[in-house]
Amino acid sequence: MPEDGRALEIELRVNGQSRRLGVEGSTTLLDALRDRLHLTGTKKGCDLGQCGACTVLLDGQRVVSCLTLAAQADGRDVITIEGIAPEGQLHPVQAAFIEHDAFQCGYCTPGQIMSAVALIQEGRATSDEEIREHMSGNLCRCGAYTNIVAAVRDAAAKMA
Amino acid sequence: MALFRYHRPGDLSEAHARAVTPGAMYIAGGTDLLQLVQERVTQPAEVIDVNRLAPPEIETSEGGVRIGAGAKLNAMAAHPLVRERYPVVAEALMGSASPQVRNMATAGGNLLQRTRCLYFRDVATPCNKRQPGSGCSAWDGQNRQNAIFGGSPTCIAVQPSDFAVALLACDAEIVLASPGGERRVPMADFHRLPIEAPEIETVMEPGELITAIELPDRAAQRRSRYLKVRDRASFEWAVTSCALSIRMEGGAVSEARVAVGGVGTKPWRLPNVEPAIVGQALTEQVITSAAERAAEGAEPRQHNAFKVPLLVGTVRKALREFAQMEAVQP
Ligand SMILES: Cc1cc2nc3c(=O)[nH]c(=O)nc-3n(C[C@H](O)[C@H](O)[C@H](O)COP(=O)(O)OP(=O)(O)OC[C@H]3O[C@@H](n4cnc5c(N)ncnc54)[C@H](O)[C@@H]3O)c2cc1C
Ligand code: SF4
Ligand code: FES
Ligand code: FES
Repeated sequence: MPEDGRALEIELRVNGQSRRLGVEGSTTLLDALRDRLHLTGTKKGCDLGQCGACTVLLDGQRVVSCLTLAAQADGRDVITIEGIAPEGQLHPVQAAFIEHDAFQCGYCTPGQIMSAVALIQEGRATSDEEIREHMSGNLCRCGAYTNIVAAVRDAAAKMA
Repeated sequence: MALFRYHRPGDLSEAHARAVTPGAMYIAGGTDLLQLVQERVTQPAEVIDVNRLAPPEIETSEGGVRIGAGAKLNAMAAHPLVRERYPVVAEALMGSASPQVRNMATAGGNLLQRTRCLYFRDVATPCNKRQPGSGCSAWDGQNRQNAIFGGSPTCIAVQPSDFAVALLACDAEIVLASPGGERRVPMADFHRLPIEAPEIETVMEPGELITAIELPDRAAQRRSRYLKVRDRASFEWAVTSCALSIRMEGGAVSEARVAVGGVGTKPWRLPNVEPAIVGQALTEQVITSAAERAAEGAEPRQHNAFKVPLLVGTVRKALREFAQMEAVQP
């Protein structure tokens, strides 16, 4: 990391692959993923931490990438929607979202799915009430909430 | 996002030396600071990452519990020492923000988060806190969210941290460090009232770092709970909230802390409610008459007068639930 703190060279481990890239001190992880690494599955909704569209896993934990500096992710492990299942296959949560019609426009969906994957890992999918509470960081302007809860419940049961 | 430099200092003295230069700011989880940068409320020239200097450990210390300033909200809420000994703190944290934000946000940063006052976050309007001397748009404007305690025509912004309200009920102390050494400030004295300089929100000196929060053993001897009232069921700041930390002896209250959030320019204790329950059994009559005193001294403005009866109801409900909890597990 050079002394001036503005142009930084960082290394991220993204979806299992090591990626070196140059960023500004002020570049967010979201912008680094989308604009520098062209991983556009992660969406930008509010850019203020309020909608969850930009949710990724950082060292295995869900975070909003719009309020994370790329520099703070240096040397860490990032999983995006592109990395949750092997090429050409669906993750059980993705399959459940399709089966339950858990989206309309689809803009919030990558964030919903990343949050759901984390929530199931956290062991928080034991009731509909708990799913709703622990999915509350992901807003859906199309109002697909009922089907999202059904998809998460179903995926959690299948993954148990 | 507006450009700024990023630095990761090696030690406290380097961090301090950088932090006192103009335009420099500390960053921990970034969840409040980066919102403010995105909205152009704050424009740092340089951010100084404190994550290596503010440890995340949560451990016992002198009979109480010491929480490193770098502890994440979710990690604190899940920690057995916090959950078992200070349930009010765990409940306040679980009711804060979203799961994603709780994985990022730190204990230290949480206490320094800025107000949610609409005008503070809207750079097109006057605001004494954002631009000293420009006036307070909330005083005669949309002040539904604003404070009913501790304000003045200079500023009526609510300090929005749920965690801080729970810490106040637990008599917590904030540990501050600078190259000159360490000092401790009680939670009650940490935030300043926005009377002369609403832009200065705490008693921290420039460059000082929060390194830990200490919860005393005597608060762990009390039973506690947190009740939060908000505009939607989850993922929202408090309209009102109530943190209780109460010791019962022989069926009567022997010691009580009643702190409230969403209503004060800083976390607020209710001086008239506490003596109204001490020495009493928590009967419905005692609860109702104590809660009636919750909003004494309140100075509501045009759109936040509803907080007066809401606060009374919040304190009453919190006390009732506490009494029921005691009845089940005396
Ligand atoms: C969508 C959303 C919803 C939220 N809802 C709630 C809620 O319901 N209740 C609630 O209480 N909070 C809520 N929050 C606020 C959140 O809890 C705070 O943003 C967070 O705790 C700040 O911590 P941080 O580590 O991210 O701080 P940062 O944003 O990194 O820093 C905040 C400030 O603290 C300073 N700072 C940080 N650490 C230190 C340190 N160790 N020493 C000295 N200075 C330091 C920084 O310079 C900065 O000025 C919400 C936030 C978001 C984004
Ligand atoms: S209440 Fe405080 S923060 Fe809000 S507009 Fe007035 S001065 Fe600014
Ligand atoms: S874009 Fe990050 S939370 Fe909305
Ligand atoms: S499917 Fe359109 S926002 Fe959720």
